[in-house]
Amino acid sequence: MLSVLVFLPAAAGVICLLLPRSAEQNAKYVALLGSLAALAISIVLFAQFDQTDTAFQFVEKRTWVDVASFNLQYHLGVDGLSMPLVVLTTFLTLASVLVSFSVTNRPRAYYACLLVLSSSVLGVFTALDFLLFFLFWELELFPMFLLISIWGSGRKEYSATKFVIYTIAGSSFMLAGILALAASANTFNIEILGSTATFEDTIFPLRWIFVLLFIGFAVKLPIVPLHTWLPDAHSDAPTAVSVMLAGVLLKMGGYGILRMCVTILPEQADDFGIWMAGIGAVSVLYGAFITLRQTDVKRLVAYSSVSHMGIVLLGIGALGQTSLVGATYQMVAHGVITGLLFVTIGLMYERTHTREIARLGGLARQMPLITTGMVFAGFASLGLPALAGFVAEITVFIGAFQKHEWAVIASIFGVVLSAGYVLWTMQRVVFGPVKHEWDGVTDQHQWWEHAVVGVLAVLTILLGVYPSLLMDMLDPAIGTIVARMAA
Amino acid sequence: MNGIDVIGPQLAVLIAAGAVILVDALFPKQRKMLPYVALIGVLLSAAWSLSWFMRDDYQTAFEGTISLDQYSLFFYFIFAGITATVILASIDWVEREGRGASEYYSLILVVCSGLMFLSAARDLITIFIALELSSIPQYVLAGWGKNEKSSEAGLKYLLVGAVASSILLYGMAVLFGVTGSTSLTEIGAAITSNGLDNRSVLVLSMVLIIAGFGFKMAIVPFQMWVPDVYQGAPTPVAAFLSVGSKGAAFAVITRVFFEAFPEGFLSDDWTMIFAIMAAVSMTLGNVMAVVQTDIKRMLGYSSIAQAGTFLIGLAAISTASDEFTLGASGVLLFVAAYAFTNLGAFIGIIAISQKIGSDQIKDYAGMWKRAPVLTLALAFCLISLTGIPPTVGFWAKLYVFNAGIHADLGWLVVIGVLNTMISAFYYMGVVRQMFLGEPKEAAPIRTATPISIALGFATLGVIVFGVIPSPLISAARDAADIFARQ
Repeated sequence: MLSVLVFLPAAAGVICLLLPRSAEQNAKYVALLGSLAALAISIVLFAQFDQTDTAFQFVEKRTWVDVASFNLQYHLGVDGLSMPLVVLTTFLTLASVLVSFSVTNRPRAYYACLLVLSSSVLGVFTALDFLLFFLFWELELFPMFLLISIWGSGRKEYSATKFVIYTIAGSSFMLAGILALAASANTFNIEILGSTATFEDTIFPLRWIFVLLFIGFAVKLPIVPLHTWLPDAHSDAPTAVSVMLAGVLLKMGGYGILRMCVTILPEQADDFGIWMAGIGAVSVLYGAFITLRQTDVKRLVAYSSVSHMGIVLLGIGALGQTSLVGATYQMVAHGVITGLLFVTIGLMYERTHTREIARLGGLARQMPLITTGMVFAGFASLGLPALAGFVAEITVFIGAFQKHEWAVIASIFGVVLSAGYVLWTMQRVVFGPVKHEWDGVTDQHQWWEHAVVGVLAVLTILLGVYPSLLMDMLDPAIGTIVARMAA
Repeated sequence: MNGIDVIGPQLAVLIAAGAVILVDALFPKQRKMLPYVALIGVLLSAAWSLSWFMRDDYQTAFEGTISLDQYSLFFYFIFAGITATVILASIDWVEREGRGASEYYSLILVVCSGLMFLSAARDLITIFIALELSSIPQYVLAGWGKNEKSSEAGLKYLLVGAVASSILLYGMAVLFGVTGSTSLTEIGAAITSNGLDNRSVLVLSMVLIIAGFGFKMAIVPFQMWVPDVYQGAPTPVAAFLSVGSKGAAFAVITRVFFEAFPEGFLSDDWTMIFAIMAAVSMTLGNVMAVVQTDIKRMLGYSSIAQAGTFLIGLAAISTASDEFTLGASGVLLFVAAYAFTNLGAFIGIIAISQKIGSDQIKDYAGMWKRAPVLTLALAFCLISLTGIPPTVGFWAKLYVFNAGIHADLGWLVVIGVLNTMISAFYYMGVVRQMFLGEPKEAAPIRTATPISIALGFATLGVIVFGVIPSPLISAARDAADIFARQ
């Protein structure tokens, strides 16, 4: 079942590619069907998931390469930590397919890339073999590179290349760490590495291995100062890719730190906890300050992502039950909220063809529906109670306060700033005097535009008022990590 | 007769080399048939190897100087594949060159037999003769083109090669003087029984032998000739040099070091030499490759860097006995993977450069629009050279790095990993040009059928073994197992 889920989007992508040229406009329906089916499967899995069981579920295991010390398993499975992220991915895949409905440039290749991207991310979240994880991790590069460089705008080639080089650099370190870990424990199995494995005479000290892995994931998260690829990638990527990038790709970094660094090397994580919290706080503050002076709406949201992912790292750095749950919750919440922000910005950009804050203004009159979605997402992003972001941030802060109160205080200041930049931006873009330059623009009217904004908004509210939907699932999974920490 | 049977695979290509010239002399009108005669010879050779593989009965011949074992069979197959691919890729070029077709193909076949002999030789004298058998035709081939650059390449290769051969001969002479034998096994036995009496002299001979083969392997500091020869030599010949003679050099040096310099006494010395050379080769090759604007020169430097990665496998002699041959099998796997990948890359370049009449990377801009399939195949080969999944190059690199980690060479693996990053820079630069650049003209590029077949074969290998690497890895392991400690 998991294999079907992981490879279904890619299969739909291949079908898109195989369509004859005369039917290329149908690619979007194939992609829609594929992403709907994937979403349906993931929801079924979510419903069937046994929350009382802390072991990996829906496990599939086959030997792929097996020669002496070199053993690679095709090994998939989910637990309470990865299940929400899987559902998030399928949701956002659907959303990004929907917002792409107006793409007319080479639609077959476009949807194929988008769906392969989705498959590789699903693979990252479900892989239980460290090498397989790495394969999926690398696989994601190709579609991203093509999506940004072919369908992007502005300095798209520069941004695409920068994205690839940063990721390859990070994953090179990660690979060295993976091999060193696996050589001493004699297995690539994440489940074993994270529970019973013992690491004897590794070729690097375990602290170094922790750092090697951490760098690989931190580039993706991203942390300050490894974040500069993100604003470039975002501002030049097409809308759907921004949704995927902010929504799920960044989460691969947070997931990796939790699943690999913290679970496999708890002692080292404890040593580095203060560093992670510190880097997290710096990312929150620095990201927020930089956000304040952005003039491009998309870059603005990109920098605010750096700030929000800093909260994830702060939660991880505190290494407590509450803070870790909060960090994971923040990943999901940020995925939904930022997805919605990018969707509405994308819809606006399609109509106005500019993202310059200075040129926009008073759009609430001309496009009331789109701006309503944008303002809603903005409020969620600044942490308005009863919406998803609030639950996540408050959980992290409560969980982390006892251990690193200074970092939490600094981060809370960052959240205050986030209220500043969100409100200020909304005031400049949405409200204010009407600009007649935009008199001719239309509001959202296609069914897919309604659908994607509606779905994401409902999710934001749902996660805000009914947190136990995810908390019940996250709690036991995080519990095992914390238990390992205590042992 | 047993001896004939053992060297059957070599004989088949040698006979084909003669047959090519005979056919040309007897049927001068049928010149188009020549490459196919040569191909039949290569196929027969492969079939003969296959029959040995099926018989599963390995033996030595000519008083132990030629050994037919899994190790040499592994290389026979690789060299047969390389030669066949190079012949296919040459057809178009040779026709346009319009002269000496029979000599060209027969020289290629002679090189092939020399490479096969090298991988099977177990005696210093046989090794030297096989080396010359494969080298001398290569000097001629490198100077085959009509332009000045090709002549320069041929002459340079000849001079450097002659120096290398003499250095190698010094090393062998010293080794013979100390141990009193030319047979690798007897040398090994003599060193083991004498202990470390003559350690300094042995290390000297080791260094000389490494230097001698270093030229063929194209590792720093014996790499100066590489970019010039690759750039100047006809592209099919450059492709042949880059995978054939490099592969054979690694085949023979692995055998020499594992059989003649037994572990424990001297392996500490040579693993350190190899590790340092690996680090330097990778770094220098990659850094130099970044600034190249000519794609053949770029591949020249990249082949120096790749040779450095091969060397990690040689340096990785693990202390754990069950993993003793892990590094050696890594070398074999890398040779095989590199053969597919680099051949594919060179053939892609042959196909494109012939049509656009330029080797400049900037002229590859927008190839995607002019020749989509060709570009895709070339892109896969470049991705494989970088070592990104799902290609065979990824597994080879991973395997060699893994061997390095198991042999406590963490620092070397980190350098290797960082170098992968640098290499991504220039390989992906070409890919970027091809996919995203604006083409100078829109005319689609047509590729001759034999070149397409050759490229298809290489790319298929890159992808198929990229998805299902187990058979290739097991074959490399089985082949390297002949060095396993009893």
